[in-house]
Formats: sequence, structure tokens, C-alpha cells
Amino acid sequence: MKRILAVDDSASMRQMVGFTLKKAGFDVTEAKDGSEALSIAKQQGFDAVISDVNMPIMDGITLIRELRTLPNYKFTPLLMLTTESGMDKKVEGKAAGATGWIVKPFNPEQLLAVIKKVIR
Amino acid sequence: MSIDLSQFFEVFFEESFEGLDAMEAELLNLVPGEEDLETINTIFRAAHSIKGGSGTFGFNSVSDFTHVLETLLDQIREGKRELTTEHVDLLLKSVDCLRALLSALQSEQEPDLEEANALRLKFEAILGLGQSEHDNPNSECADEQQAEVNTYQIDFKPYHHLFKTGNEPLYMISELAELGELETHVSHNEIPDITDLTADDCFLSWRFFLNTEKEERVIREIFEWVEDDCDLTITLCGGLFSEDDTAQGAEENNPDSKIEPASSAPINTQEVKKAVVSKAPPPATESTSIRVGIDKVDSLINMVGELVITQAMLTQLGEQEITEATIASLQEGLAQLAHNTRDLQENVMRIRMLPISFVFSRFPRLVRDISQKLNKQVELKLLGEQTELDKTVMEKISDPMVHLVRNSLDHGLETVDQRLAVGKDPVGIVTLNAFHQGGNIVIEIMDDGQGLNTTKIKEKAIANGLIALGDELSDDEINELIFMPGFSTADAVSDISGRGVGMDVVRRNIQSLNGSVEVSSATGIGSTFTIRLPLTLAILDGQLVKVAKHTYIIPLISIVESLQIDITKVSRVGKDLDVLRLRDEYIPILRLYNIFNHQGAIETLDKTLLVVVESDNQKIGLLVDDLLSQQQVVIKSLEANYQKVDGVSGATILGDGRVSLIIDISGLIKLSGLRKPGSQELIIESQANLEAS
Repeated sequence: MKRILAVDDSASMRQMVGFTLKKAGFDVTEAKDGSEALSIAKQQGFDAVISDVNMPIMDGITLIRELRTLPNYKFTPLLMLTTESGMDKKVEGKAAGATGWIVKPFNPEQLLAVIKKVIR
Repeated sequence: MSIDLSQFFEVFFEESFEGLDAMEAELLNLVPGEEDLETINTIFRAAHSIKGGSGTFGFNSVSDFTHVLETLLDQIREGKRELTTEHVDLLLKSVDCLRALLSALQSEQEPDLEEANALRLKFEAILGLGQSEHDNPNSECADEQQAEVNTYQIDFKPYHHLFKTGNEPLYMISELAELGELETHVSHNEIPDITDLTADDCFLSWRFFLNTEKEERVIREIFEWVEDDCDLTITLCGGLFSEDDTAQGAEENNPDSKIEPASSAPINTQEVKKAVVSKAPPPATESTSIRVGIDKVDSLINMVGELVITQAMLTQLGEQEITEATIASLQEGLAQLAHNTRDLQENVMRIRMLPISFVFSRFPRLVRDISQKLNKQVELKLLGEQTELDKTVMEKISDPMVHLVRNSLDHGLETVDQRLAVGKDPVGIVTLNAFHQGGNIVIEIMDDGQGLNTTKIKEKAIANGLIALGDELSDDEINELIFMPGFSTADAVSDISGRGVGMDVVRRNIQSLNGSVEVSSATGIGSTFTIRLPLTLAILDGQLVKVAKHTYIIPLISIVESLQIDITKVSRVGKDLDVLRLRDEYIPILRLYNIFNHQGAIETLDKTLLVVVESDNQKIGLLVDDLLSQQQVVIKSLEANYQKVDGVSGATILGDGRVSLIIDISGLIKLSGLRKPGSQELIIESQANLEAS
């Protein structure tokens, strides 16, 4: 079973993402900010990470930058959840090592379609 | 796969309200010109989360509105725009507005968008946006209907580092294949000699021919994430090779076709919203759950563990032959059990406890709004915010506190000019302080204003007939008068206080929580209101008293003193009412055995014990046979188990298993016919009678 780490400070989004991915047959771990996600990611391996950008303590861009430096996450798909207005964020995210992005708002079907782009 | 989004609504509402609270608190902390980035970030994040969630869960009215908020905040955050007081005011109003929208949605009602739209226009004015910006993202999905099949030549040459972005060319190719008929050519010319080969890098490149009815845009979308990590050229080459099976595949795999088009017509939006709302679970507007810190749960589990161990030990002892040694350990075990039980009880109580910051947190906003209205400069200090209090008590203490704070701001604090004139700092200080004292929580509301105006209060009390012209009252007694019904000293009834709710109501509300409120004041220095409350409504500090063969409980908080009656100071008034002269007051004596119909109690007054209690500013003496111990009792409702009994507020079970009734002092006063204003007159009357005799 492919493992995904879902990171969002909003509990409802986290639950929605988590629930959708679990239903699609993924093993999902949730984290509520970048810092928590990073320490989880260091302990366990994941096949993909989906992270919100705006979070307290450690934001999504920093998380992606940190993850990309870890040997285990060199090739791992790292996706960020952005809003339609954040083109700057996409560029910033890419520079930090993000694989791609999902534009909010999205529905479960859209989420799965995007996930399919990076893990199968 | 269909997923019912409504299951996440409750969490979304909960966190949104929390987010709004946080936004409000941070906004109040903001001083334009010296805002710090983290504060702005926190506010931004709250707005951002609400927008993201509401968009995802289909609450478009909320997400549309939050969008403008977010845009403004983002500009401020990025330093593209200066934060002004106007912004803060507008944002605070938006917080209120969003609360209203979300509450309406939560209770499945149609939200009233009038205010939201008005505020949105203001934001748009600031941002310099036209109405059109977010109105219609519809066009994208509009024209999917072209059925023309084209052949595209796609040259895809990833840069070497492509794998390190986490992208996988294989998946992209299979995505392409889903769009239509795909012919793939791979070029491996770039692969270096084995000695120079780096396994991490991508050396392959591809040329595809794709037969599809999709537009170029759809193809580009597949490569969207790697645009900057490859050379990509897409050219349309007229010739196509087959037409039949491509259409089907394309239809199914077009991601856009599944997206609900965002509707532009208002009627449609309404329908969509209704559809979303009707799927929602039954409303849970009044949340009855509480959040409990994991440490509290852990400590409970720990306690229960110890309890189980003690129980196991006792069982083991019980199975043994009883010798002197086992009796000693049995006693030890029982003591241990008592200890465990008490700890467990305390900890269970702690679960209902929340820090008083839940109440305090609404005051910064309140103080800001009121001081603006009154044109006074006020600094609010909050102390002891972590002091814990029972959730039920907390809910009920909020309104009385609001009233007291309003009063302090309105009547207590002077205007800037007045303050400067008497040499005070122009900024008045209102302090809210909470701390534990014994089994009680004490909440102080202090201001450094002018203090209570005793002359004015006295005049008013005389005018209202509360006291007589010639009455000599100490300052404290005069201050107490403000808690009398129908008392208001504001020269003119203002918008802030004087809403027809007097201090008497405040006192009554607090007393109904078994609490008390006092005022102390010094002219020119300020006044302090002190609220004392039991930590919980479920437990009461009680004085056990004996009446005939029965044990009653008097709430300790209402007891003023207990004394032995000196018969020479007792006078009879009317047919059957005895009053005791206690210093310069006359205390009516109530015979509890009479009220509760008991035989065999001590009926003579001389040397008998009298418990003087106070409620609603009225003192009465309760005649009892004996004073027993004081202890904390757990209140059990009589109404729930039997029926309401006048003069009794509840019952409890004593250590020996007997039921004991808890006396309701104010109910007792009512029951005995000593109710005010009659009683007041009665006392004055009896005083006159006595003096005449």
C-alpha cells in the first residue's frame, strides 16, 4: 500500500484529504504543520507528501525545501495545496523542490486525479 | 468514487469559528504602523483556511467574501500595502459578518448576504478591483464541445534534474495516452558512457504523436508541473490517423468534464447552495462537547489504573483468613481507596474545567468598541487567564462580567480631559483578574477611574426611597446600594450601560450560581468589583446542621456567622416572629423545624444556635439544634429524582448513605413570607416598634 503524508493546519481539509486518499486505497498519515510533518517524515518513509502552504510554525514551502534535502525524499513527489491567486507560490514552491500543486478549492475527484499524476 | 463532503462540515465550522476568534484577537493586538509579521500571518492564515475550506465544501458565499479579505491581507503581508486603522475596522466587521454567515450555514439557513456584499464592495474599493474579478471563472469549462480531432507533435526533452522534482515521465506519458491515440518515440542519444552516467539524472527525451480532440491547453496541463524543467514544443500537424476510438477515451478522461461549472446566474447559485445544505447532517448549532487536553485524560487513566490495583489488593485481602495483620492492611487499603477515589473525583471535575481565557478573550474587542464609542482611552489588562473554571459556570458568568466591564468603562473611567485635569495618565486601565481562593474562583474587575460617587448614590437612593433621608451609612454600605433593584446613577441613560439591566440583576445572576459579588471603591483612585464563584456547580461547600433528627446543609458561601442566641436581645414582633438584635441590625429568626415540620427539635431560643445567612442583601437567622461538620457535597437534583421542593435547592448523599437536603436560602426567605420589599419594611417597622416600646 502506498503511503502518503497529508499536511494541513486546517482539520477539515486534513480530514477531507485523508479520507479521500484512504478511500482510494492509500495509507495516509496526517500532520498539522510543517514541523510535525518533517519529524514524521524523518521517522517513516512516504511515497508522496501533500502539504498546504500557509501553516503556522513551519510553512509548506520550507517543509518541501527541508524534505528535498533528505536522501529518502530525493525523488519523492511533494505536492502543495495552493490557491488560484498564488502563482508566486507555485514558482517559490517549484524552486524549493515541489513536484507540483493542487489548486484549492478542489473536490475529492480532482484530488485523486492529481495524485494519479505522481503515484500509481 | 463519491465522497459525502457533509461529514466534514462540523469540523469545518468548528475550526472556522476558532479561526475567527483568533483573527479577532490578533486584530485587536494590531497597531497600524507597528504591526509584526507573525500577527499578520496568523490573521492571513485564518482567513486563508476559511476560504480554502468553504470553497472546498461548497460554501461559496463564504469563500467569495473571504477572497477579498485574503487578497488585502496578502498584500499587507507582502508589504505591498500599508495597514491602516480603516483596514483593521473593516476586518473586524468582516469577522462578525463571517461569523453570521457561518452560523447561518451551520444551522442550514440561507445566509443573509447583504452585509457581506456591502463589506465586499468596501474591500474592492480599497483593492481597486472591479466587480468582475471573481465573478465568473466559467469560461474555462464552457466550450468543451469541439469534436474536431487533431494530431499534435509533442517534443518533450526533460532536463537532467527532472527526477529530482519528483515527477515521473512514465505517468505523464500514460496521461497523454488517455487523451487519445498516442505514438511514442524515445531518444536515448543523450545517455552518456557508463563511466559518466549518473543514475539520478534523466537522459531520455521523447517525441509523441497524439491524435486527440482535446485542445493544446489540455496537453500542456499534463506538463504544467515540469514546464521549467524541460524543453517542450507542441505543434499541430494536420494529418490524423484514426477517429473512432479516440473520442470515447477523451470524454472519460477529461478532468474538466467532471468539474461542476461555477454558476453565474443567481438562481442557479441558490439551487446549488440548497442542494449542498440539504445534504448536511442534522444541525448541531449548540455544541455540547468539550475539548479535553490529552494530559487530563492520561491522568484519569492513570488514576483508574491505581484504583484497579487497590481494588485487586482489597479483593486479595478479603479472600484471606482474617487476622490482625490483615485487618491492618485492610485499613491501609481502604485509606488508599479513599485517596484514589478523591483523586479520581478531582480529576473528573477537572475535565469540565476550562481556562477562563475563554471568557476573557471576548473583552479586548468589547473594550475597544466601547472605548471608541465613548471616546475614552482604555488599556485592558488580563491577568490569570489560565485560571480554570467549570464550563457551565463559565457560560453563565460571561454576561454579568460584560455588564460590569461596560459599567467600569462608562461610569468608572473618566474621559481623557478629566483624567488629565486630575493629573492621571490619559489612558485608563481596566484589569480583569482571576485566581483561585479555597474552593472558589475569584474574578476581579478593576478600573483606575473616579471610583463610586457616594454622594450621588446616596442622593439617588433617597430619591428612590431605598433609604431614609436621615440614615447614616458607611461608604461601603452606600456602595452596596448600587446592587439594589432599580438603581442607576448614569446622568443620562447611555447606549453603553443603562440598558434596563441593573446591578441587581448582575448580583442575582451571580447568586444563582451560588456566588457573590462585592464592590470596593476609593474616590479618585478607582473601583473593584469582586466576583466569587464556586469552581463548579456540581459541588458545594456546605455546613451540615442538625434539626431534630435530620441533617440539613447550608451553603457555606451564604453563611455570615453562627452564634448562640442571647435571649435578652430577642424581641417578638407581631404574632410569631422573633427578631434578634445583632449589633445594629435586627435579624428575623426562622425556625427550621417549623418550616420542615419536624418534631423533637430544640424550641427554646435561649442559648440555642443560630446560623445567620444572607441572600439578596437580606439577612435571616436559621435556628438549628447543632452545627455539624463542614464538607464538600455533591449536588443531586431533586427535580430530576423527585420534584421541586420550596426552600430546598437540591440534595446530597452523606457518608453514612442518608440523603440530606440542601437549603435554598433565597427560596426559604420567599417561603417564610419575609420577601422584600416587605421584609425591609418589616425590619424598619419592627425597629420603630421596638424603639417605641
